[in-house]
Amino acid sequence: MLRLEGVEFRRGAFRLTADWALAPGDRAAVIGPSGSGKSTLLMGIGGFLMPARGRLTWQGQDMAPLPPGDRPVSILFQDHNLFPHLTLAQNLGLGLSARLRLTPAEAARIDAALDRVGLSGLGARKPGALSGGQQSRAALARTLLRARPILLLDEPFSALGPALKSDMLGLVTELADETGALVVMVTHDPADARRFADQTILVSGGIAALPVPTETLFRQPPQALRDYLGP
Amino acid sequence: MARRAGAVSWPGVAVGAALCLLMLGTLGAVLARAEGASLAPADWSAVRFTVLQAAVSALLSVGFAVPVARALARRRFAGRGLLISLMGAPFLLPVIVAVLGLLAVFGRQGVLNTALQALGLQAVSVYGFHGVVLAHVFFNLPLAVRMILSGWQGIPAERFRLAAALGLGPGAVLRHLEWPMLRAVLPGALVAVFLICLTSFAVALTLGGGPRATTVELAIYQAVRFEFDLGRAALLAALQFALCAGAVLAAGWLVQPGAFGGGMDRPVQRWDAGGPLARLMDAAVIAAATVFLLVPPVMVVARGLPGLSDLPAGLWAAAARSLLVALVSTALCLAAALALGIAIVRGRWSRALEAAGMLPLAASSLVLGTGLFLILHPVIAPYRLALAVTALVNAALALPFALRLLLPELRGIEAAHGRLADALGLTGLARLRWLVVPRLRPVLGFAAGVVAALSMGDLGVIALFADQGAATLPLLVQRLMGAYRMEAAAAAALVLVGLSFGLFWLLDRGGRHAAS
Repeated sequence: MLRLEGVEFRRGAFRLTADWALAPGDRAAVIGPSGSGKSTLLMGIGGFLMPARGRLTWQGQDMAPLPPGDRPVSILFQDHNLFPHLTLAQNLGLGLSARLRLTPAEAARIDAALDRVGLSGLGARKPGALSGGQQSRAALARTLLRARPILLLDEPFSALGPALKSDMLGLVTELADETGALVVMVTHDPADARRFADQTILVSGGIAALPVPTETLFRQPPQALRDYLGP
Repeated sequence: MARRAGAVSWPGVAVGAALCLLMLGTLGAVLARAEGASLAPADWSAVRFTVLQAAVSALLSVGFAVPVARALARRRFAGRGLLISLMGAPFLLPVIVAVLGLLAVFGRQGVLNTALQALGLQAVSVYGFHGVVLAHVFFNLPLAVRMILSGWQGIPAERFRLAAALGLGPGAVLRHLEWPMLRAVLPGALVAVFLICLTSFAVALTLGGGPRATTVELAIYQAVRFEFDLGRAALLAALQFALCAGAVLAAGWLVQPGAFGGGMDRPVQRWDAGGPLARLMDAAVIAAATVFLLVPPVMVVARGLPGLSDLPAGLWAAAARSLLVALVSTALCLAAALALGIAIVRGRWSRALEAAGMLPLAASSLVLGTGLFLILHPVIAPYRLALAVTALVNAALALPFALRLLLPELRGIEAAHGRLADALGLTGLARLRWLVVPRLRPVLGFAAGVVAALSMGDLGVIALFADQGAATLPLLVQRLMGAYRMEAAAAAALVLVGLSFGLFWLLDRGGRHAAS
């Protein structure tokens, strides 16, 4: 379980509290007005922000002492998910070894991961030579190689068009099904949440609310969500 | 803030500590030795001369730079970008070469005096106070122009458009737009030039000298080399350090060493400068500055070319020594700047480390040299370590420039890619190899070029340490000049310029090429 026990994250004067848990294999959407702290929540779980109060645990183990790279977490940001000066194969290789000393077996795994996301034979390209959708696929392929049990998505597909975004969400669903990872995805689009997530966390007023089944939430939206969605 | 604090970056901390040790260690050696020594009246006149010539040089350089920068900011003409790029060149031109060029124009047998004699007029002498100031203006006018020009370019184009829409004339534009900018930029430019002239050694060595035109740096050199009065040299060095530290403190953090950077070749559309008189004045100012800056180097080339077929003995050995010193000090300086920069951007104690990186601004070649001489002298004959000490001192003195070049880039890399690197657990050497160095390569190459050219042309601490055998190329040029072998000196100077700019070009291009 990913457990946030009375956790509070602070960024300057801003505070965000959370007190709930998610299980391996869950798929949760994080929704709420901009500036409400959706990214803060993900940065906190990812290890870029330290909790000012409370405990953050995975399978009973405290995550606080772990730096971002050592957490059981893969994260995709809104942008800058690939190093522009490295090839796709090197970018993926960093998911296996920070020193990029790769064995032939690991090189084969990189090729297989590229195949899996539909980028066969593009390992020698640099990100600049790819489309936005292909870059997203490459970043997802790296999370496959890292094989961490938690996948955090901070609106990584928001710059893609509707059809591409739909493709990517489908791919994430497939990959999560295969690996059994817990996926937490920030989105500002209710349709994304309904299509992808069985649970949704509403973030507003400095609180990341208890995850509730997505359909229930949208059938009987609380006031904060109604304000956000509009008439 | 509960943001995860970066870990302490030990290589950077080690560099910061080593810098403090070098600066404070040499200062300590100087102070210990200075105790009980006394100054001659000539030394006090050296202090007065140093401050006076630096002040006059700063005022003249900046004073002339204002109209040049103004003209460059508001005119477009063919070759404008090239001219602005050339304004960066004197910073890399070896001092001794520029002096040689100035002598070819203003010297006893120079173009100017030949013309004056032909007209039956009295010849002018370039030696002494006005010669030193002339050379300093030659070096620092371009630097000041670039600093002030970047101030002018910093005024948003929309302001000039608004001024035009309101029908403001040149006077009102000056008062409301340009004067506030100048008031912000000029103090920094004045202090920067003042500080450079305060530590002037090679110019004073060649164009000054004697009781009425000796800088403190030159007095230190003479006390060590000619009188071997180490106590007096130490006292002078302590005095020089106090002067520089005072100027640096006065400058605060106002001073940006080396006004490099792009974005300066973009002329802003102006509506207030269309009058024929303004046009004529700007053209005259730009032409005068171009002639003043271009003719001396061209004279060196003209006088040096015939001598290339008969190069003086020992030239290639001296060139090899200079190259070695330049490459070693470049490697040292960049490694130190990189370690320090990474620690400043990522780790804790970043303010203290940045301050440590700027310490060498308050140091001078001869003060550091004297300190190291005093430390080494009881242990080993200093001339044996002449090249090593020169490389070390050059690296330390160039560090603030390299650091100021690298820091903004390092901050940019951290802002754009730091999170991803953290998320992937990319730390230490792996982060350096796969993220920092590849992204930093262009500016790393440029910084390496600047440091190598500066070190190649340096004539400071080497003069203090070298014996007859171990001369570097600038020292060889100076010795040839001292022996009045002007043609040989010009030829050697030409080789020196070629090597300096060649090294700069190779390193700069290498960095950019590898990055693409």
